[in-house]
Amino acid sequence: MAELFDDTIAAISTAMTASGIGIVRVSGPEAFQIADRVYKGKNGKKLSSQSANTIHYGWIRGEGEEILDEVLVMVMKAPHTYTGEHTVEIDCHGGVIAMRKILEQLLKNGARPAEPGEFTKRAFLNGRIDLSQAEAVMDIISAKNEYALQSSVKQLQGSVQKKIRSLRETLLYHIAFIESALDDPEHVSVDGYGEKLLPVIEKADEEILRLIASADKGQMIAEGIKTVIVGKPNAGKSSLLNVLSGEEKAIVTDIAGTTRDVVEETINVRGITLRLLDTAGIRESSNQVEQIGIQRAREHAQDADLILYVVDGSSELDQNDQEIMGLIRHKKSIVLLNKTDLELRISREELEKQTGSPVIAISARENQGIDRLEECIRDMFFQGELSFNDEVMITNIRHKHALEEASASLKMVVSSIADGLPEDFYTIDLMGAYEALGRILGEALGENLVNEIFSKFCTGK
Amino acid sequence: MAVLEKQYDIVVIGAGHAGCEAALAAARLGLETICFTVSVDSIALMPCNPNIGGTSKGHLVREIDALGGEMGKNIDASFIQSKMLNRSKGPAVHSLRAQADKSAYTRRMRTVMENTDHLTIKQAEVTELLVDHGVCTGVKTLGGAVYHAKAVVLCTGVYLNARCIYGEVSNYTGPNGLQSATHLTDSLKEHGVQMVRFKTGTPARVDRRTVDFSKMEEQFGDERVVPFSFSTDPESVQIDQVSCWLTYTNEETHEIIRDNLDRSPLYSGMIHGTGPRYCPSIEDKVVRFADKNRHQVFLEPEGLYTNEMYIGGMSSSLPEDVQDAMYHTVPGLEHARIVRNAYAIEYDCINPIQLNASLEFKKIQNLFSGGQFNGSSGYEEAAAQGLIAGINACMKIMGKEALILDRSESYIGVLIDDLVTKETHEPYRMMTSRAEYRLLLRQDNADLRLRKYGYKVGLVDEETYQKLLEKERLIREEIERVDNTYVGVSQPVQKLLEGYGSTLLNSGSSLSELIRRPELNYQCLSSIDKNRPLLPEDVQEQVNINIKYDGYIKRQMKQVEQFKKMEGKKIPEDLDYQKVGSLRTEAIQKLEAYRPMNLGQASRISGVSPADLSVLMVYLESSANRK
Repeated sequence: MAELFDDTIAAISTAMTASGIGIVRVSGPEAFQIADRVYKGKNGKKLSSQSANTIHYGWIRGEGEEILDEVLVMVMKAPHTYTGEHTVEIDCHGGVIAMRKILEQLLKNGARPAEPGEFTKRAFLNGRIDLSQAEAVMDIISAKNEYALQSSVKQLQGSVQKKIRSLRETLLYHIAFIESALDDPEHVSVDGYGEKLLPVIEKADEEILRLIASADKGQMIAEGIKTVIVGKPNAGKSSLLNVLSGEEKAIVTDIAGTTRDVVEETINVRGITLRLLDTAGIRESSNQVEQIGIQRAREHAQDADLILYVVDGSSELDQNDQEIMGLIRHKKSIVLLNKTDLELRISREELEKQTGSPVIAISARENQGIDRLEECIRDMFFQGELSFNDEVMITNIRHKHALEEASASLKMVVSSIADGLPEDFYTIDLMGAYEALGRILGEALGENLVNEIFSKFCTGK
Repeated sequence: MAVLEKQYDIVVIGAGHAGCEAALAAARLGLETICFTVSVDSIALMPCNPNIGGTSKGHLVREIDALGGEMGKNIDASFIQSKMLNRSKGPAVHSLRAQADKSAYTRRMRTVMENTDHLTIKQAEVTELLVDHGVCTGVKTLGGAVYHAKAVVLCTGVYLNARCIYGEVSNYTGPNGLQSATHLTDSLKEHGVQMVRFKTGTPARVDRRTVDFSKMEEQFGDERVVPFSFSTDPESVQIDQVSCWLTYTNEETHEIIRDNLDRSPLYSGMIHGTGPRYCPSIEDKVVRFADKNRHQVFLEPEGLYTNEMYIGGMSSSLPEDVQDAMYHTVPGLEHARIVRNAYAIEYDCINPIQLNASLEFKKIQNLFSGGQFNGSSGYEEAAAQGLIAGINACMKIMGKEALILDRSESYIGVLIDDLVTKETHEPYRMMTSRAEYRLLLRQDNADLRLRKYGYKVGLVDEETYQKLLEKERLIREEIERVDNTYVGVSQPVQKLLEGYGSTLLNSGSSLSELIRRPELNYQCLSSIDKNRPLLPEDVQEQVNINIKYDGYIKRQMKQVEQFKKMEGKKIPEDLDYQKVGSLRTEAIQKLEAYRPMNLGQASRISGVSPADLSVLMVYLESSANRK
C-alpha cells in the first residue's frame, strides 16, 4: 500500500508528571532513519537494521554528542503498529527535561512535531482503528486542537506575541513591496533591493534566534503547574505570592481590591515548578477595571492545574466565598486559612466540610504554615494527584520548531541575495518565514499579502 | 402569438473577450453555437486600456493560447508596441505586454468569429434564462424569440444594468454609450442567482495633436519582439512600433482634485458599487496616498488610425469641468483637448462562489459563466474564464469530464480557484503573487504545461501536439546531457570564465554547475561545450531555466506533490456537513456555502481550520469504507 503520509512525526506520549519514565514516540516512513541519527546502541547496531518488535538498549545523544539519556528503544514495523506506520518508541528515564531534549533532537533530525491528535488520526486513516471509532477519533482531534489553539495563543507571553507580530509586519511589508514592484514594474523599481533587504533580514533573524533561546529557557510560554491563587479581596493572596516567591512581586496594601490584574511568577517548590498566578479578589464590584480583573481571575481558575484558595480567617464566610467554593469545586485545590495571627472566626473543620479540599492554617504575613503548604503540594505531585498540562510544553516545542523554520527560511533569503538571484526569488523564502511565524500565533495566511500590497503601495493603472 | 424558435447546442451571451473565447471554443469543437451581442460592431471591444498582457496577465494570454484559445493570435496580429516586462528579474515574473491597435484588434476577432464554422453571431438582447427543474434549457430575447440550447454560457461583462457616471451625470448605458442589458438580472434573480454590484472606471482620451510630447519621456517597445502565441512565427512580429509617453501629476493636480472631492460621485455616495483597489481612480490615489506628491501618467495611442490617446493612471469620475482642469495641470497636457471624458461604470455581476471550478452554476445545471460577470476584471482574466466556461459547456453536453486546471499547473487554475473559493469583495485581478507555485507557472513554459489539455479537449490539432512532444523530448535529453558533461581546468574554460567575471575553476566541474552561477547561463557556455547539438531557441531557454533554478524548482515541485494529495481527496457534492460530528460551527457554515470539491479547496476557505480538515478527512475515510 502506498504511504498516506510522507512525513514523520514525533511527540511525547506520556503525561508530564513527576514520574521518572516517559515515552517519546516517532511515527512515519523515516522513523528508523531519524531515530538512528540520535540513538547510539550499546551493541553499536542501527535501529534500521533491527527486526520488528524488538527492544534495544542505548543512549540518545545531543548535538555535541553528549548523552541526553539512557534509553530503551522499541522498534515496530509497519503496518503492525498503532499508527500503521514504522514506529519507534523511546523509553527514557531522565524525567520531563530529558524527554523534551530528546524530542527536540528528533525534530532537528527530520521529524515534525505531531499535531494534536495526529497519531490517532494516522492510526485511523491507515485502517488501524475500527471504523466504529470514527466519531471518537474526530472528537479527539477537534478537542485536542481546540485546546492547543487556546493554550498556544493564550499562554504565549505578551511580549513574545508582540515581538512575533512586529517581525511578521516587517516581513510582510518587504514582501509586499517586492511584489508590488514585480506587479507594476513601470511604477515601482525594486532593482538592487537586496542590499537594502539584507540588514533587515539579518536583524529579523537575530531576533528570531533570541526568541529560540528564550524558548529554551521556558520564557516563551511559562511551563509548570498552573497554580492560581483565588480568594476574596484582602484575604492575603498577594502576601502569599510574595511569601512563596520570596520577593515583593505583588503590591500588598490593606485596601481591598489592590490587585486588579493578574500577577504571575514562576517558582520552585521543593523541586517542582509552579506557575503561580495572583488574581484580583472576587467580589461584587461596580468598578469596571476591577470587574475585568475579577473576570480574568475566574477564567484562570477554570484552567488551573491547582487552585490555592485563600480565606481570611478573621472574618465570616459570605456570599463571595460561596461563589469561590463553587468555582473550585471540581478543581484540585488547597484551602489556606489565612491570618492565623488574628482571631479566627472560621474553623478548619467547617472549611474542610464545605470545600472537600485539604485546609492548611497559615499566616502569610508572619510566614507561618508555609512549610506545611509546600509539603502538601509536593505530596500531591508525587502521589500523581497533580500533573501539569502537557500541551503547554508541547506547544513550546512546536513554537520553537516554527521559529527554527522561520530562521532557516531567512537564511535562504540571505543566500539568495548573496548568490545574486533576482528579487522575485527573495519573496519565496520570506513568505516561508512569514507563514512559520504565523503558525505560532495561529494565523492563517489569507489575503494578507494582497491587502498589504494595496494598502501600502500605490500601484495600478 | 407566433414567436421565432430555434435550437442550438450552445448559447453564449456576450461577445466580449470572454464571449469570443467561449463561442469560438464551442464552435471549433463542432457544436452548433450562437453568440449574442448587443452590438455586432463591438465584438472583442477594448473599452478601457489599449493593451493586452502585462504582469501575470501575459501569463494568462499564453495559457489561453496553449489551450487553443484566440487571444494570443489576435494580439499578435494587431499590436503596435510590445514589451517583455521584468526582463531583469527571474523568469517566473517575465510578462509580455502589448499595445493594441484597438480597432484592428476588434476587426480581426470579428473576422475570425464570422468565418468560424458552426458559429452564428446574433445582435439581440437576451432578457430571460429558461430553466426547467434546475436545468438551463435556453434563453429568450427582447423580441420574444426563444433559443433552445443544451448549455448556456453567460459572458455579460459590465453590461447588466450598467450605469456610467461622472460628476452629477449618470447614464444607464454600457461602455462608450453602448446599450446596456436591463432585464437579465431580474431573470437571474428569479432563478435564485445572487447578484452583487461592482464598479470600475476609465480615464479620458485626448487628441494627440494637442499633446506636447517634448515635456514627456518617450517609452519604446522591445527591440526584439516576442509573440504571445506559440504558433506565431517570431519573424512576423518584428514590426515598426509606436511609442508611449510618460509624464507625472503634480501638487497642482492634487490640489484641484482635493478641492473638488465633494463633487466626486465616489465620495458623495452616488456610486454604490465596489471598485477595485489595484486600479484606483486618480482621486482615490490622491486621498489614499496623500504623502505622494506625484503619480505616473502614461499616454498610450489607441491605434494607428486615430488621434485618440489613453491617459493611463488617471481614471476618474469627477465632473467634466474638474477633469478638464485637472488634466491640464499635467506637463504636456496643458492644452490637451479631451475627446472622451473619464467615467466610472457600475454593473451587476455574481458572487462567484455560486460556481463550480468548471464554471458551471452549482444550482443550475448546464449554465456556465465567465468574465467580468464572475466578478473579475481585465480582458485577459475574462478571456481565460470564457475559454474554460466554453470548453466545459461542451464537455458537459458531450458527456465528457470537465477541464479543471489546478493551482499548481496554471494561472488560469489560480484565477478560477480564487474566484470560487475566496471571498471576493472587489473586481478580481490576476497578480503573480497570487500564484504560490509561480516558479513553475512561467509564461515561457505555458505550452509545456497546458498544450496536452488543449489537445485532449480537441482545440489543439495533432500536428501542434506532436511538435510539443518533440520539444519535450529535446529539452529532457539536453538537460541530461548537460548534467553529465564535465569540463576540466583548461585554458579555454578559464578564459571564458574570466571573460564573464566568474571565479576560475580549481578542479573539474559539470556544465550544470557552471550554468547555476548567476553571471553565466546555458547559452554563453557553447564554446566550451563541444558536443552541444543545434537546438531551437525555445528549447535552449527551457534547458537554461531548468538547470539554473533547479534547486528552487525542485522545492516547489515537492510542495506541489503535497498539494496534489489534498486536491486528490474528493468531497461528495451532497455531503451533509451537519452530520460530520466535531466540525466547528463556523466551518460547517462555510463548507455548506462553498461546497468545495476536494480537501485542498476546503483548506483554502477562510474559517476552515487544519483541525476541521483532519476531522473531515477521517469522516470521508470512514464513510468511503462503509460503502
